[in-house]
Amino acid sequence: MMSCHQATQLLSEKLDRPLNTKEKVALGVHTTICPPCRRFSQQMEELRSISKRYTQDPDAT
Amino acid sequence: MTNANLSSEAGYSHAAGIFLNAEFMNDLRLQMIKFARVQVRDEQLAEDAVQEAMLSAYQNIERFSRQAALKTWVFSILKNKLIDLLRKEKRHTAASQLEDGPNINGEELIEKLFNEHGHWQKNERPQKWDNPDHGVENAHFWRVFDACLNALPEKYSRFFMMREFLEMDTAEICHNEEVSVSNLNVTLYRARLRLRECLEDSWYQKEKSS
Repeated sequence: MMSCHQATQLLSEKLDRPLNTKEKVALGVHTTICPPCRRFSQQMEELRSISKRYTQDPDAT
Repeated sequence: MTNANLSSEAGYSHAAGIFLNAEFMNDLRLQMIKFARVQVRDEQLAEDAVQEAMLSAYQNIERFSRQAALKTWVFSILKNKLIDLLRKEKRHTAASQLEDGPNINGEELIEKLFNEHGHWQKNERPQKWDNPDHGVENAHFWRVFDACLNALPEKYSRFFMMREFLEMDTAEICHNEEVSVSNLNVTLYRARLRLRECLEDSWYQKEKSS
């Protein structure tokens, strides 16, 4: 069973490289049973979308 | 003045109108300078990059009928110029020389967030992100975001901005900064851990804790 530390590291790396099948499965199993890591996963996506808006939003920068 | 003159000026000013809006152009310039300065240490080089991006917008004046289109366009020019600058800058500031900075980083950060089995410490578990006020898109949010970004160690924020703002890929950053892929991955991971926590504490959970 993957730890939250390992899961969150993969959730970060997912933004920088394609995960392999083994990693995807292990991560899928972990996030299914771990609500904090599921939340972390959504927040990583949100962090990316915030970063994209940083140069586009009239109020930003 | 003849009618012919009037109509041709009106046609031209439709495209040029954005450039004549001094307030919009000044705001845009300041935003670009700020964006460039956080990423390129040499202020003069950052300003030059902004000037060049602005100039190329003037040269393509007829392309823009909306402010948003102009903004998107000059920022994409600026990003490319910043990537070039960062490539040249590499000799002067190898990332390995950058301080990890104050606050909790590295292994200490991991130990603070996770217990000995690698599971979340109870009080460090990510909370639901509810947007206070009018959602993410407001000036206050961006001030908090800037503050969180500035609180990161220089190496963390530099790699984070290269990846997320300039959208450089992993290989490009590793080559430029002379770091290994695993070093970059770990640095980005820690930068995101810190940013996530800072945004949660300073923005998303602020109302609940205060």
